[in-house]
Amino acid sequence: MFDARPQHNDQHREYLRHRTQQFRRQVERRLDGSLTEEEFRPLRLKNGVYLQLHSYMYRVAIPYGALTPDQMRMLGHVAERWDRGYGHFTTRTNIQFHWHKLVDIPDSMEALNSVGIHSIQTSGNTIRNVNADAFAGAAADELEDPRPWAELIRIWSTDHAEFQFLPRKFKISVSAGKQDRSAVSAYDIGLRIVEKDGQRGFQVWVGGGLGRTPYLGQVIREFLPQADLLPYLEAILSVYNLTGRRDNKWKARIKITVNERGLDVFRADVEEEFKHRRQQFSGLDQEILNDLRAQFAPPEFLDAPVEGYEAARAANGAFRSWTDTNLHPHRIPGYASVIVTLKAPGATPGDMSAEQMRLVADLAERLAHGDIRVNHDQNLVLPHVRKADLPEIYEALRAVGLATANFGKITDIISCPGMDYCTLATARSIPIAQDIAAHFRARGLEDEIGEMKIRISGCINACGHHHLGHIGILGLDRAGVENYQITLGGDGYETPTLGQRAGAGFPADEVVPAIDRLVDAYLELRESPEERFIDAYRRLGVAPFKAALYPADA
Amino acid sequence: MSKGFTPSPATPGVITANDLRMGHCVWMRDGKWTADPREAELFEDEAIAELALLDATSQAHLVVGPYLIEAKRGADGRPEPAHFREAFRRSGPTHRHFKQAEFEASNV
Repeated sequence: MFDARPQHNDQHREYLRHRTQQFRRQVERRLDGSLTEEEFRPLRLKNGVYLQLHSYMYRVAIPYGALTPDQMRMLGHVAERWDRGYGHFTTRTNIQFHWHKLVDIPDSMEALNSVGIHSIQTSGNTIRNVNADAFAGAAADELEDPRPWAELIRIWSTDHAEFQFLPRKFKISVSAGKQDRSAVSAYDIGLRIVEKDGQRGFQVWVGGGLGRTPYLGQVIREFLPQADLLPYLEAILSVYNLTGRRDNKWKARIKITVNERGLDVFRADVEEEFKHRRQQFSGLDQEILNDLRAQFAPPEFLDAPVEGYEAARAANGAFRSWTDTNLHPHRIPGYASVIVTLKAPGATPGDMSAEQMRLVADLAERLAHGDIRVNHDQNLVLPHVRKADLPEIYEALRAVGLATANFGKITDIISCPGMDYCTLATARSIPIAQDIAAHFRARGLEDEIGEMKIRISGCINACGHHHLGHIGILGLDRAGVENYQITLGGDGYETPTLGQRAGAGFPADEVVPAIDRLVDAYLELRESPEERFIDAYRRLGVAPFKAALYPADA
Repeated sequence: MSKGFTPSPATPGVITANDLRMGHCVWMRDGKWTADPREAELFEDEAIAELALLDATSQAHLVVGPYLIEAKRGADGRPEPAHFREAFRRSGPTHRHFKQAEFEASNV
């Protein structure tokens, strides 16, 4: 259990109590007219409160995606008490409640604080919620658990006085597996734990980001000794803080700073700054890290026979299919990590009802060492599950619509809220995701197609990471009509690649037929069922897929 | 004029905003706010609309972010949205999920 996490200590609770009291007074002052909207807006944003199309949206941070059962139950309580009975998990492993009332938010905030979670720095030009591999502490290919590092970054970056008014928002991700599962190349700073000459360190990426000017990050340091992490992060942030553009919001992210100045110039400034920063770190950070490592100690894994699991697989085809698709290898024999996809047919990607939250909390407490993760695919992970318990978990999930066997498949679509909720959106994305999922579910092609990552954004800000989709879809407003551009060949993981725009956009009702033609072309062109869509695209190039998308031009 | 839109008899407009306390969409009629978009006042005169928008902006204790947006006059004379964004603001999310139907039924 992780109740001893720093998020739960007395000092942290007192800090949260103070912040929530402060926000409560700010709301009161806005309502009595003491604060104008212009004065209040940055204050509410600092606390994750947005005003969206139909309502206030309250964004709550889930650091490195980790939740205890009590925290998950509290999210369910908040969803029912102050929202509309559900929440929306995002690609940044936050949860967004889309129907809060301003007058209720201080109470909702206080309830969340009671289990150690909050919304501080979930908006604004600060260091945002830190991400890490959702299989942290469990993955078979992991060098070490990245969560102590992610928590150290969270502690360091929360209310860091120097970095409260950066040129623009700033996102950090930590990955520790031999395979990157945290899309480090798409972050302002991406950290990969690596080994060199028997020593652990970080490969440091900088300047990644999507949005209207997408860039993949570049490696600024091949190997950074672990003890140098925080001073090096401070050096990067400090150089960015001083040299990042503040004259144009659209050119203010570090990706622009790095690419306009050039990586070598930026790196030289960082290394110079690092010399000074390093001297300011006396070792306290490493003492804290050692405490954190103890607090993130692995659970007491149990020996358990797997015969029952194998028998259940043999007897139940649906269970077998689910275990074939929704399990990830665990480092302990007899264990697996379970992916609970929030992508049931007809569901809104990433949405979860309060009832489902409670069920998952109970399951995690009883059968999964009390550990729940949110991953950036808008799914959940139970990282530590005995295979012997999988049949029971599967049946319990199935009863609440959470046992869809589609992890990594064409129906496991990332989608931002789009114009169904978001004021920035230029088109809807959720109905497009639902239509695609329903279509391919009806065709029964999910397993035949294999791994396929479809990502949908409802505007150029790219919250749905469409640039990183094998097939990316971007919703735009073309002369008052929703129109969808398709990008091909994106990948956020083993071979970071930005997808390329295929051609002219499609009206909403032509998106599914267009994807259908793409998929049929892939099935026709692939060399074997093992060749994934992205592999076939890399082998053949864009031409045959473009021909499928635009048959009239072929 | 908000968002570069100038109302005229051919392209009338409505003033809309979000309720400060609750966040829901509201529309202006006779200097007051209604949650029913069909009750919104249609402005066909630029000068009158400008005055109304000034009035709306002065009601910052009630609403957030008032703006004037193009609308159409429906067959019954009531306003209808001219752009799909405003149609979604009227209708709410266009997909169904969990308890949405209950909330719509209770008109929350």
